[in-house]
Amino acid sequence: MIPAPFDYVQARSLEEAISLLQRHGEEAKLLAGGHSLIPMMKLRLVRPSLLVDIGGLEELRYIREEGEEVAIGALALHSDVARSPLLREKAPLLAQAASVIGDVQVRNRGTIGGSLAHADPAADYPAAVLASEATLVAQGPVGRRAIPAREYFLGPFTTALEPEEVLVEVRVPALAPGTGAAYLKFPHPASGFAVVGCAALVTVRGGEVTGARVAFTGVAGSPFRDDGVEGAVVGRPAEAEAMAEAAALAAQAVDYPLSDVFASGRYRVHLAKVFARRALAEAVAAAAS
Amino acid sequence: MPKRLINLTVNGEAYEVAVEPWWSLLYTVREELGLTGSKEGCGTGDCGACSMLVDGRLVTSCIMLAVEADGCQVTTIEGLATDGNLHPVQQAFVEKGAVQCGYCIPGMVMAAYDLLRRNPNPTLEEVRLGLAGNLCRCTGYAKIYEAVLAAAERMRGD
Ligand SMILES: Cc1cc2nc3c(=O)[nH]c(=O)nc-3n(C[C@H](O)[C@H](O)[C@H](O)COP(=O)(O)OP(=O)(O)OC[C@H]3O[C@@H](n4cnc5c(N)ncnc54)[C@H](O)[C@@H]3O)c2cc1C
Ligand code: FES
Ligand code: FES
Repeated sequence: MIPAPFDYVQARSLEEAISLLQRHGEEAKLLAGGHSLIPMMKLRLVRPSLLVDIGGLEELRYIREEGEEVAIGALALHSDVARSPLLREKAPLLAQAASVIGDVQVRNRGTIGGSLAHADPAADYPAAVLASEATLVAQGPVGRRAIPAREYFLGPFTTALEPEEVLVEVRVPALAPGTGAAYLKFPHPASGFAVVGCAALVTVRGGEVTGARVAFTGVAGSPFRDDGVEGAVVGRPAEAEAMAEAAALAAQAVDYPLSDVFASGRYRVHLAKVFARRALAEAVAAAAS
Repeated sequence: MPKRLINLTVNGEAYEVAVEPWWSLLYTVREELGLTGSKEGCGTGDCGACSMLVDGRLVTSCIMLAVEADGCQVTTIEGLATDGNLHPVQQAFVEKGAVQCGYCIPGMVMAAYDLLRRNPNPTLEEVRLGLAGNLCRCTGYAKIYEAVLAAAERMRGD
C-alpha cells in the first residue's frame, strides 16, 4: 500500500516547522512518528500535499524535572516515557500508559506529542494526562501558550490546538506525598488500543481518601474526568468496599458511549465500572506504599 | 517532483538511493535494494511482517518513510545469518517447526532477535509481549514461543 504523492520537508527548527504550517495552511501536516498519520494517508483518510517532518528535532525529545513538575518534550517516544525512572517515580500514570501502548514497534516510533495531537478517542495517554492534571504547551506564530488538559480534548480527533500550532511539551505535576496512581486498560485483542482505559490518582491520609481524580478513555467520543466517581470516593475509607461503591457510578454522565462491532456502548460502560474499581484499588495500594 | 537521494547502511553495506518522498522504507529496501526477505502484510503498522532494526530499534518499516531513514543503520532479516550459518533464532525456528506458510516469519525472527538483545533470559510472558506486534495466521504461536525460548537458552550457553 502506497500513499498518494506528497512533498516532504525535514524541518531544521521548530520555528521553520511553524512557518511552513503558516505558509501552507490546511495542505500541510506535521510528521512525528508517523504511526497514526502514515496509516491514515495510506487509507486515504487524509491527503496532505506537504509533510513537515519534525522527527529530527532532537531538542523536543527530553524528559526532565522542572521544579514541582516533570516536563516531557513532544517528541519523547512512547518507549522513552515507559522506561523513564523519573516518570516512574514522579508521574507514574504517564509511564504506565506509555508502557501499554500498542506493541514494541509502536512504542519505538510513536511520540507523546503525536498521540495527543491526534486525539484518538481510544488512545491511552489522554486518560493519564487528564488524571494527572497535566498542562499541554503549544507553540504557534505568536508564541507559546499553556492549555490545561481539561480544556484540551474537544471531541474525537479534535483538540484545542490551532492548525498553525505545534504541541511542544507536556508538563505533569509530580505526585504529592501519600498519593498513588494506576492506569489500567482493557486492550482490543487485535489493535491493542484501549476498549476502555482508566487512570486513577488517589491521595490517602489517615486511612481516608482525601483526593481523587479518575479519567477514562475509550468510553466516549472524548476522554473525560469522571466527577461522579471522584465525588463518591473522597471522604471514604481507603478500602475495597468504598472503592467498589464509587466505581459503580462510573460513566454515568456519558449519554452516548462509543459503540462498534467489537464492544457495544453498554459493554464499555460496564468495563468502565470494572476498570475504575481495579484502578482505584491499585492506586490506593500504591498510595500506602 | 525530483526524487531525493538518501544514504542508508543496510546489513553493513552502504547504499545511496533515489526515492520518492512517499515510498516506505520497506518498499525501498524490497524494490530498490532487492532485499525481499521483509514482507508487507498489512502496510499499516498492525502485523509486524515488515519489522527491521533502524538505528538499533525494532520498527515497522511499512509506515516509516524512506526519507526518514536517511543516514540510518538498518538491519533486515538478510543481515542475521553470518558466513552462511543461520542465526540461533533462525536455527531454533527451523528445529522447533515454528514455521508454516512463512509469511510472518522474517518479522517474527527480527522481533525475537530484538527481544533477546534486550532480555537474554525472558519468561514466556515476556516473549509474548516482545512479539505482541507480530501477527501469525498459521501457527497459533505456541511453537514460535518455544523456538524463542530455545534460542535464548542456546545464546546464553546453558
Ligand atoms: C499498530 C498500532 C497500534 C497502536 N496501538 C495504540 C494503543 O494501544 N494506544 C494508543 O494510545 N495508541 C496506539 N497507536 C497509535 C500510536 O500511539 C501513535 O504513535 C500516535 O497516536 C501518534 O504519534 P506519532 O508520533 O506517530 O504521530 P504522527 O502519526 O506523526 O502524527 C499524528 C497526528 O498528529 C500531528 N502531530 C504530530 N506531532 C505533532 C505535534 N508535536 N504538534 C502538533 N501536531 C502534531 C500530525 O500532523 C498528525 O495529524 C497504535 C498505532 C499503531 C500503528
Ligand atoms: S506490513 Fe508493516 S506492520 Fe504489517
Ligand atoms: S507462518 Fe503463516 S502467518 Fe505465520
